[in-house]
Amino acid sequence: MLRIECPWCGVRNEDEFSYGGDASVQRPADGGSLDEWYDYVYTRDNSAGQHTEHWQHLNGCRAWITVVRDTITHEIFDTAPASPNLPPGSGSGKKTNGVKS
Amino acid sequence: MSQKFRCDEGGAIDRRKPLSFTFDGKTYQGYEGDTLASALLANGVHLLGRSFKYHRPRGIMCAGSEEPNAMVELRTGARKEPNTRATTIELFDGLVANSQNRWPSLRFDVMAVNNLFSPLLSAGFYYKTFMWPVSFWTNVYEHIIRRAAGLGTAATEADPDFYEQCHEHCDVLVVGAGPAGLMAAISAANYGARVIIADEHAQLGGSLINENFNVDGISGKDWAARQAQKLAGMNNVHILNRTTIFGYYDHNTIGAIEKVSDHVPQPAAGKPRQRMWTLYPKRVVIAAGATERPLIFGNNDKPGVMLASAVRTYINRWGVKPGSRAIVATNNSDAYRTAIDLHQAGVRVVAVVDSRMHPDAPLAAKLDALSIELIAGKTIGAAEGGQHLRYVQLVSTQGLTADPQRIDCDLVASSSGWNPNVHLHSQSGAKPIYDETIASFVPGQSRQAEVSIGAAKGSFELQDCLDQGRAAGAEAAKLSGFKGRLIKTASASDDDAYSIEALWIAPTPYNKSYKQFIDQQNDVKASDIDLAAREGYDSVELLKRYTTQGMATDQGKTSNVNALAILAAQRGEPIPEVGTTTFRPPYVPVAMGNFAGHTVGYQFMPVRRTAIHDWNEKQGAVFIEAGMWLRARYYPQSPEDTLYDCYVRETNATRSNVAMVDVSTLGKIDIQGPDVAEFLNRLYINNWLKLPIGRARYGIMLREDGVVFDDGTTTRLGENHYFMTTTTANAAPVLAHMEYYHQTAWPELDVVFCSVTEQWTGIAVAGPNSRKLLENVIDIDLSNEAFPFMAYGECKMNNISARLFRISFSGELAYEVNVAADYGEQAWLELLEAGREMGVSPYGTEALGTMRIEKGHVAGSELDGRTTALDLGLEGMANRSKHFIGKHNSQRPALIGDGRLQVVGIKSVEAGRNLRIGAHLVDDKVKLESVSQSQGHITAITFSPSLGCGIALGLLQDGASRHGEQIDAVSPLHDEKIRVEICHPIFIDPKGELVRA
Ligand SMILES: [Zn+2]
Repeated sequence: MLRIECPWCGVRNEDEFSYGGDASVQRPADGGSLDEWYDYVYTRDNSAGQHTEHWQHLNGCRAWITVVRDTITHEIFDTAPASPNLPPGSGSGKKTNGVKS
Repeated sequence: MSQKFRCDEGGAIDRRKPLSFTFDGKTYQGYEGDTLASALLANGVHLLGRSFKYHRPRGIMCAGSEEPNAMVELRTGARKEPNTRATTIELFDGLVANSQNRWPSLRFDVMAVNNLFSPLLSAGFYYKTFMWPVSFWTNVYEHIIRRAAGLGTAATEADPDFYEQCHEHCDVLVVGAGPAGLMAAISAANYGARVIIADEHAQLGGSLINENFNVDGISGKDWAARQAQKLAGMNNVHILNRTTIFGYYDHNTIGAIEKVSDHVPQPAAGKPRQRMWTLYPKRVVIAAGATERPLIFGNNDKPGVMLASAVRTYINRWGVKPGSRAIVATNNSDAYRTAIDLHQAGVRVVAVVDSRMHPDAPLAAKLDALSIELIAGKTIGAAEGGQHLRYVQLVSTQGLTADPQRIDCDLVASSSGWNPNVHLHSQSGAKPIYDETIASFVPGQSRQAEVSIGAAKGSFELQDCLDQGRAAGAEAAKLSGFKGRLIKTASASDDDAYSIEALWIAPTPYNKSYKQFIDQQNDVKASDIDLAAREGYDSVELLKRYTTQGMATDQGKTSNVNALAILAAQRGEPIPEVGTTTFRPPYVPVAMGNFAGHTVGYQFMPVRRTAIHDWNEKQGAVFIEAGMWLRARYYPQSPEDTLYDCYVRETNATRSNVAMVDVSTLGKIDIQGPDVAEFLNRLYINNWLKLPIGRARYGIMLREDGVVFDDGTTTRLGENHYFMTTTTANAAPVLAHMEYYHQTAWPELDVVFCSVTEQWTGIAVAGPNSRKLLENVIDIDLSNEAFPFMAYGECKMNNISARLFRISFSGELAYEVNVAADYGEQAWLELLEAGREMGVSPYGTEALGTMRIEKGHVAGSELDGRTTALDLGLEGMANRSKHFIGKHNSQRPALIGDGRLQVVGIKSVEAGRNLRIGAHLVDDKVKLESVSQSQGHITAITFSPSLGCGIALGLLQDGASRHGEQIDAVSPLHDEKIRVEICHPIFIDPKGELVRA
């Protein structure tokens, strides 16, 4: 069970969240080429190590958050609101679990 | 005589409380504090079952959860539990257990002929023997294998008990309440930390109860009881006894099973059978002890061959003598204790056989003082006997070929050293490392907030365990942020130093071939491991899967390291080079009921009911599940009314008069803010910038990959206020989708929105007389000019505030009334009353579905996650001069090329034959059996009361341009083939004049 720190609600169980995929992918502008749009939907790095990803606190405050997680160890380095318009919340930038650094 | 192997005194049992139990129909006596295994041994019962593959007689080898053999069916009837280990079952009065995997009886087992055919059953036998032909699997092999190699049989009735799930946070979790764990818990608690200490036994103490130790001048058992009492009196300590930590998961999340009621005949009122704990400790101290390894020799599975430590445990914990003439065989110093304990219990110890040439001198002296013979440089080559051990053959470990030495005995206490219980450490993500000095794996670098101490760390001396517990408890508390002082030390009497010289497998007498069992539960022999390695399955993970070693319910607790060592010898490499297997949860078998907890039966899933549900129920409506909702499917008017009768009547009533349907389950989202129009314009493929206030519009949403996601109407209620509806199924996904784009891609848009699905009751009033009905109760002008198709207005319905939409799913003149859900039933009743004279009636989802097929509206079965707007005939709605989700990817060549499955109407051309949902659409030259050439399929069928025939919607390759063509609809499952005609999907009123009337 991953323990994820929602910037507003605190550390919560993984089963309150739903996974939203790679957050580092940039959504192309409307004028982008079909190749760019194709890559945006289908091409992923599948990195072994640090991964920036989206999660939604679906069964909580419903915020989308950005989580930096190690895909091998599941260590979570940082969580922050996905929206720049929302206040950072109390827990942003803190380590969220008992993983040793 | 009853319990003739019970010692006169001693043991943590209550001799004032005799208990009666039956095994295989025979009644025996035991005492409170016994396990089933200890009580059976006290009665001289050793033969408990037949082995998995060869049906060899098997007895009790261990004293705890590591037991591979002594599995029984516990209880009877609905509470019957197969494959429970007799060594972990606490005895209760009236307990009933039966041996398993024997037929017709335990003493005479027909399948024991498997033992003679054992060459056929070697490693990988499943793969080699039962390869061909395929049909033999289901008809022959599986039947034979199930019979021959079955374990116990499960109860066939539903489990009458319940299981419960609990969560608890703490600062320090201590796993195991032996000497190290007790010290750690007291030490951490003394710092003020919140401590949970868990132990699989009822009584805390672990090895202090199993062994004949002294601590601080009193017996280990009494010392443990004092510490347990101390812990029980601390309000920052939670003792979880009868609790096994079975899993160490990510982020220091721990799974545990508490056996709340397994030690009583049936749970007390209101008590669960078991309780599953999810624990969230800041730090974990693993004091889980160690598991002894058996020596590997010929016929080492004979009843009467036990672990040396188990023998001590039966003597010290339960006051039971597991035999009368014992041989202790070892490669290490620890088993000498067994000889001494046996001697003190009055069992004749014939000899201690130490495979090492130079046993520790102090230990040799201790034996000498008791006149116990010590045979060095030899080990047991083979055990002999029928259903019980009769004698052993000793062989030299020094390569000498002298004749084997025969010694008569009925008990072998064997030890090949100790494996620290690194399971939880390994599950936490860490890698155990091999320690040559103790010939075993010990914990490596920690990956999570855990530390192993005591025997679990490879420290087998009591004083070390006590000291490590004291220090580790304090350290864990400090790391959790507590300050305090160390408790005082405890001092142990036991001073024997641990020493070992590995001996992984014994030579056999005269080099004859014997079965030398590694994994007794899965009947894996040393020769199977050799064979697997020779056949190329020489990595640990492959070996496991090929031989099934370590894959039984005991997870190879007594066999994994022995197997690894034999593999290493076969490969000619040192053990660390060969590696170790990764331990995975669960540490012990966990009953499925624990994972379900209370979510069984009617609590499996919440049930959502609309405001009109009670009325529907009173009407005798038949319901259908739609997601979690219960919706009225049809309304029988008499007991003879069939589904068909009802939906035809309800459809006719709608098309010819007026009828009402509860549409409250549609997803509803209230959206507000200055940028809503732009937001909708990006979410939907069509235009939203110019929607006037008081108008609704139908919209299509795509996913980012260009496939249709959902459809529905959105209405502009005010300047900056909109109201969206979604399909019932997609209500939650659409909301999450909108939140995703608003919070990640388009944070600049000033909009807010939330789900109001449950806040509003929706009632559709449909049919040519719907306006007339509403005019009786609605206070606004409903004329076509004042309130045209797709109009919206706020109004009063009698005295209820309502929202009125002129939208239609049926294709008739129709309105949808929304009222606050609290007024839902009242509004429904008032509408019924308003239409009573004109004969209004309710209709259900079946009539709703029929009318949508007649109108060719796409729904869930056409929006199947693969179809595009073009496939569904909706591409005309798209405005490609603006941006919307999925705009670009919907233009990928594969989505716009030829051969796409497109929505079509389908009519049977064979009178009287009904179409079948899911039927494939194929060319008439294609044979019935061969649907690989399917050109599409039927997605929805109904009998159309309006047309008087069966109609369907379907998806067909290039279907939009094939209207008028004939094709076959086939269902090989039903051996059925029907000629059909492809047509436009809108069957009635293609121009949509009725809705605008
Ligand atoms: Zn939250």
